[in-house]
Amino acid sequence: MRKSQINALAVLTVGLVLGVIACKPKNAGSAVSGDAAEKVYVAPGKYDEFYNFVSGGFSGQLSVYGLPSGRLFRVIPVFSVDPEKGYGYNEETKPMLNTSHGFVPWDDLHHVEMSQTNGEVDGRWVFVNGNNTPRVARVDLKTFRTAEILELPNSAGNHSSPFITENTEYVVAGTRFSVPPDDVNGDVPINSYKQNFKGYLSFISVDKNNGGMNIAFQIKAPGVNFDLSHAGKGKSHGWFFFSCYNSEQANTLLEVNASQKDKDFIMAVNWKKAEEYLKAGKGKKVSAKYAHNTYDDKTHSAKSEIRSEVVVLDAEELKDICYMIPCPKSPHGCDVDPSGEYIVGSGKLAALIPVFSFDKIQKAIAAKDFEGEYQGIPVIKYQSALHGEVQKPGLGPLHTEFDGKGNAYTSFFVSSEVVKWNIKDLKVVDRVPTYYSIGHLCVPGGDSKKPFGKYLIAYNKITKDRYLPVGPELPQSAQLYDISGEKMQLILDFPTIGEPHYAQAAPAELIQKNSVKFYKIEENNHPYVSKGEATTKVVRQGNQVHVYMTAIRSHLSPDNIEGIRMGDEVYFHVTNLEQDWDVPHGFAIKGANNAELLIMPGETTTLKWVPDRVGIFPMYCTDFCSALHQEMSGYVRVSPAGSNVPLLFSTGKNMPAADSSKAK
Amino acid sequence: MKVLYSLLVVTVITLFSCNSQSESTQSNNNNTPSQAGGQEAVADDDSQKDVVKVAAGSKDHTTLVAALKQAELVTSLSNAGPFTVFAPTNAAFDKLPAGTVEGLMKEDKKADLQNILQYHVTVSAMKAESFIDGQTLGMVNGDNITISVKDGKVILNGNAQIIASIPASNGMIHVIDNVLLPPAKK
Repeated sequence: MRKSQINALAVLTVGLVLGVIACKPKNAGSAVSGDAAEKVYVAPGKYDEFYNFVSGGFSGQLSVYGLPSGRLFRVIPVFSVDPEKGYGYNEETKPMLNTSHGFVPWDDLHHVEMSQTNGEVDGRWVFVNGNNTPRVARVDLKTFRTAEILELPNSAGNHSSPFITENTEYVVAGTRFSVPPDDVNGDVPINSYKQNFKGYLSFISVDKNNGGMNIAFQIKAPGVNFDLSHAGKGKSHGWFFFSCYNSEQANTLLEVNASQKDKDFIMAVNWKKAEEYLKAGKGKKVSAKYAHNTYDDKTHSAKSEIRSEVVVLDAEELKDICYMIPCPKSPHGCDVDPSGEYIVGSGKLAALIPVFSFDKIQKAIAAKDFEGEYQGIPVIKYQSALHGEVQKPGLGPLHTEFDGKGNAYTSFFVSSEVVKWNIKDLKVVDRVPTYYSIGHLCVPGGDSKKPFGKYLIAYNKITKDRYLPVGPELPQSAQLYDISGEKMQLILDFPTIGEPHYAQAAPAELIQKNSVKFYKIEENNHPYVSKGEATTKVVRQGNQVHVYMTAIRSHLSPDNIEGIRMGDEVYFHVTNLEQDWDVPHGFAIKGANNAELLIMPGETTTLKWVPDRVGIFPMYCTDFCSALHQEMSGYVRVSPAGSNVPLLFSTGKNMPAADSSKAK
Repeated sequence: MKVLYSLLVVTVITLFSCNSQSESTQSNNNNTPSQAGGQEAVADDDSQKDVVKVAAGSKDHTTLVAALKQAELVTSLSNAGPFTVFAPTNAAFDKLPAGTVEGLMKEDKKADLQNILQYHVTVSAMKAESFIDGQTLGMVNGDNITISVKDGKVILNGNAQIIASIPASNGMIHVIDNVLLPPAKK
């Protein structure tokens, strides 16, 4: 080859590379059409139309956004400590993060499910799951705080959770990483997976009135990876559907070894039947160790108790609770349409989306139309359960939501798009790109009987070039689409905290009217409350010193404290005396190794402080509360161990009198 | 050489032509979203190259790259993956009956082209040494390929041999000397 030819080829190759890359309009933002701004603009002082509760993923927290504006209102700490709110730092909330493994300060929050009544979002609670150290939490939408956390025994990788039945009878939690049960010796070879590992599904009952959670029963199922789930609704109420992959039961390099079979399963669970067995005494009580943590709005304190028993139903022994439905290629999303008739399984490596029919599943079960058993569980014939397949919908289907108008919307990770398709005829109606690599998606009410099909939000993993860069880690994003018309229209994108796994949204009017403005001081039952400045005091009990302190605009009481000695543990129990919306006070003292406090109006919270040196330590309010916020401060004097400086506290007068001090 | 040369020219023209189309869409109707590119268009000269960029940089894979573009698979293959791409060389495409490639590049044959190309991709990054004799691999189009390993040579479906392997940021490219043809649909 002559040199000039080689050069020409080189030029062409460069051109080719450029060609591939240049095949996009210079401005990817041009995918947004002209009226987008109008559709998402919420004027200053106006409220958004929807609350959007978005998983914070590996941050362990739950975030609250407004739609359509995409404005972030709050990050609710759930499974991780949060210095902004003092959650997990103050003495009152530390028990919330207690587990059978001890205090766990950081977990991985995956999915979000709002409570429902009659299959419709009721705006009372949001349930979320902790994936790593398996737990389910309930967030109270009156206070936007974590009210309860329940640990799950016999589980690991709590991923197919926390999906609920249509009257919030149960929240479920299926284990993604099967493990040997807790009550047997787990010291077994890892490659004995097939003999020793099991997948447990927990059915957590929810108290109708107060939301209190309790593990009603667990179902012992084959050792596979239960991935996602959704409850039946309407005609299929009484059933639950769990996707599972790794039916190969691989215990290493799942990337390859769990993708060997052409089909894994969706497991249909007849939980009404399970209830019958439970009533008939077929459940086996087994020993377990798991934490149940509750937060009390009256004592402003959490308590953690360790429970020691759980009831287990064996799916293999009790043949007619569980049925396997073959589903292509490592199913991930498992979604049920608003009518309860169609169950969509999204095989993340599949070239099609199977849609199963509840009626056909019931017929197949009645006729014992099985192709055999998997680990003792009957397997329904694929064709017998199938309504139909969406052909060539896109690459890497993950999750499906519904608009209540007969359409389904499926996210495609590999091809970075949302595809709208008709549930009945399984035809693709529309497709839009996402920027980039979408995971979950959300339509307000989109997994309930009554979706509010106005918006769709895509949650994207990758945002290369979408925002100003901020180093190696870029924010993940939400993209808002208007789905009120035939075609989906991208109207906004905004960054999210952590990793937005699933999210849910509901009309604002369901929630905003219930929002608490302050805690009533007369109902404050905290053991160390001071309901007025007159009852503030400092009490020594051995080397423990309890400071009963109050905060009100614009002073702490007491604000001068003497007689603290090296070796003391000092507890500042600070009550915010304000009875006014949006007036928190903060509290900090120099050198505190733990944290600060943030105290809501009417609330009492406690900071533990162990002074590390002799001297004068300023303390102050950290939350700008008033025009004289800067004045809201005081001093604590720390003397050497064994010092005879008397315990004195005061506000507004010198104790002891200034001229009698031993100032040098 | 001449064949390759003309193919390149055609390819380059094809690739560049998409821009004008999207611009005209944009100007015609303000409410219709214009065609926007995916991750392949992210400007980044520093990161390791993904499977598409590696292929686009190879003079032996111009046919494949042009076909990926025509099949609208560039966005997908620029994704996080991870992918294993079996990449037939230009010479491999040339072994097909005359006119095959040209036929598949026609707009009305896009689905067939997608099916063939997706038969060359699996989701999971697999090194050549990880393949096992007798293994089946589920490909993106929904069909399987079978792998045989003889005397250290990895052969797909009995006729396509891996002749080189190149790591990319989002997976592995295994260069093969024959095009894989999906089984006929029943």
